[in-house]
Amino acid sequence: MGHDAQETDAAAAVDFKEVQSTEQFQELRTRHRSFVFPLSIAFLLWYFAYVLLADYAVGFMSIKVWGNINVGLILGLLQFVSTFAITGWYVSYSNRKLDPIASEIRQEIEGHEFDKHGNPVGGTAK
Amino acid sequence: MTLMVPAVNVADLKDTTLLNMGIFALFVAITMVIVIRASRNNKTAADYYAAGRSFTGPQNGTAIAGDYLSAASFLGITGAIAINGYDGFMYSIGFLVAWLVALLLVAELLRNTGKFTMADVLSFRLKQRPVRIAAAISTLAVCFFYLLAQMAGAGSLISLLLGISDWGGQALVIIVVGALMIMYVLIGGMKGTTWVQIIKAMLLIAGAAVMTFWVLAIYGFNLSDLLGGAVETSGNPNLLNPGLQYGKTETSKVDFLSLGLALVLGTAALPHVLMRFYTVPTAKEARKSVVWSIWLIGIFYLFTLVLGYGAAALVGADTIKAAPGGVNSAAPLLAFHLGGPLLLGFISAVAFATILAVVAGLTITAAASFAHDIYASVIAKGKADAATEVKVARRTVVVIGLLAIAGGIFANGQNVAFLVALAFAVAASANLPTILYSLFWRRFTTQGALWSMYGGLSAAIILIALSPVVSGAKTSMIPGANFAIFPLSNPGIVSIPLAFFLGWLGTVLDKRKEDATKQAEMEVRSLTGVGAEKATNH
Repeated sequence: MGHDAQETDAAAAVDFKEVQSTEQFQELRTRHRSFVFPLSIAFLLWYFAYVLLADYAVGFMSIKVWGNINVGLILGLLQFVSTFAITGWYVSYSNRKLDPIASEIRQEIEGHEFDKHGNPVGGTAK
Repeated sequence: MTLMVPAVNVADLKDTTLLNMGIFALFVAITMVIVIRASRNNKTAADYYAAGRSFTGPQNGTAIAGDYLSAASFLGITGAIAINGYDGFMYSIGFLVAWLVALLLVAELLRNTGKFTMADVLSFRLKQRPVRIAAAISTLAVCFFYLLAQMAGAGSLISLLLGISDWGGQALVIIVVGALMIMYVLIGGMKGTTWVQIIKAMLLIAGAAVMTFWVLAIYGFNLSDLLGGAVETSGNPNLLNPGLQYGKTETSKVDFLSLGLALVLGTAALPHVLMRFYTVPTAKEARKSVVWSIWLIGIFYLFTLVLGYGAAALVGADTIKAAPGGVNSAAPLLAFHLGGPLLLGFISAVAFATILAVVAGLTITAAASFAHDIYASVIAKGKADAATEVKVARRTVVVIGLLAIAGGIFANGQNVAFLVALAFAVAASANLPTILYSLFWRRFTTQGALWSMYGGLSAAIILIALSPVVSGAKTSMIPGANFAIFPLSNPGIVSIPLAFFLGWLGTVLDKRKEDATKQAEMEVRSLTGVGAEKATNH
């Protein structure tokens, strides 16, 4: 501990342009962006739809569904549910689809550096 | 303790002052011991700014929750629900949903590309000096507004909790809070500050959980009955419907939309939140941090829903408004109603601790940004060694602490929620477009970053200065004058799209191209964590 991760950076001499152009990295980037971009747009639309309903559809939001629980409260609580659900979904997606490729690339780069400099800093970060 | 205490008598609260102070002193003593112990291994700059990257995801997530659940959100949201009902609840939803931006788009990539500050990431592949200066200026601006809000909040809280209502007494307490905070940050650095956040977050969430359970128990664990009780006490059935606060006029409706935009896009660009991601060893731990904080913050806001309507039902809006702290007193009054002086003392001490911890977190962020971005990179042109940089950071802590004390005394009595909302609007306008562009848009250039940051920052501040918050209304900061040509209290709806637009325009008009190698390096590092994950092997 107490080391600064990037001051002891064994990856400094890597040709990043080459790594960037590899199929493996392109795949990682595609997987990442094709997941986070649509999902971000979706939750922002859902949130602003909710805000606009609360702003301009007060009558609808005030409809009582069960006892004193109205549509507005249910939609508000659903915002909590969707936030928790997206969080869980992203974590499981990362664990399955992103982390394995990322750590492969990392090991290749850092393992390569290990050979080149004879510097025993095995790239075995989990 | 009896379950039902008759109507709260505000005069009784003064008798609990000594108890409140005692519990608070206990908190200070315990955390100080922990801070001193935690600071023993503070040697390098990474130790001081980033706690040696030694915290785990769950620990950091709890600390983030501690940072985020400031007095403004605990006392402010509970009070807002108690008085304005549903509209207060909508506040908390914006604050929570915002974390998805941090989780999906920012946290991990930022952890992989930066070292200590937001400027590390923004200047990674652009021209170092100008971008770093711009990022440091907006960091300092956001921290300043947020800091002012917390210190101003301390003043108004004190009037209720300690029964100190004269200006001099409140100023004295602000000085004490500020001095304590300076000590925490000087001694403990990021590690000490983080531990204070963790302890405070656990106490706050535990206290809120007990009160929530208690309120629900009174209503037989039936939310519908609780809501009914709130309507009955207030005599206003609209308490459960949207619009009580923001539905008054067409302007206020747009204002709410503007506020929502700032809340949702501002969180992931708050420098003191971003800096917390550097205290963990890997991107995966950064992800875990956000997951933990989303759960803790989400559950806490569900508690505030119950507490807010509970205060409306059991204490009543009239009593809350008449109490010395006004709207902010809803949660403490509810605590007194439920558990008497002991629970009030506990909740009050936690509220104080909240201010203390949040102020400490902001101060270390501002100090790190000044020492690392302005001093080391710009003034010393990268030639300062780490020890000098930390020395500069420590001196900056003292200066910022003194400024915060002075600002807090000056801003005492100002609208806390407005200052916090301003900080979010400034962060969303000045920082977020550049963070997203530099992480995801290959063509983005230095000119785009500078136009977006300075444009967003000045648009947000100028619009606020010309809004009814500053002049032209009864509740304005300068009630006598009227130069409010901008009708909204929240600038976000104009300044945030403007900053995104300027970032795009500055880039497409820029004749210079940025270094493609640096872009490749940033992209590969951000997604894979190459180089940044080494800390786990030591």
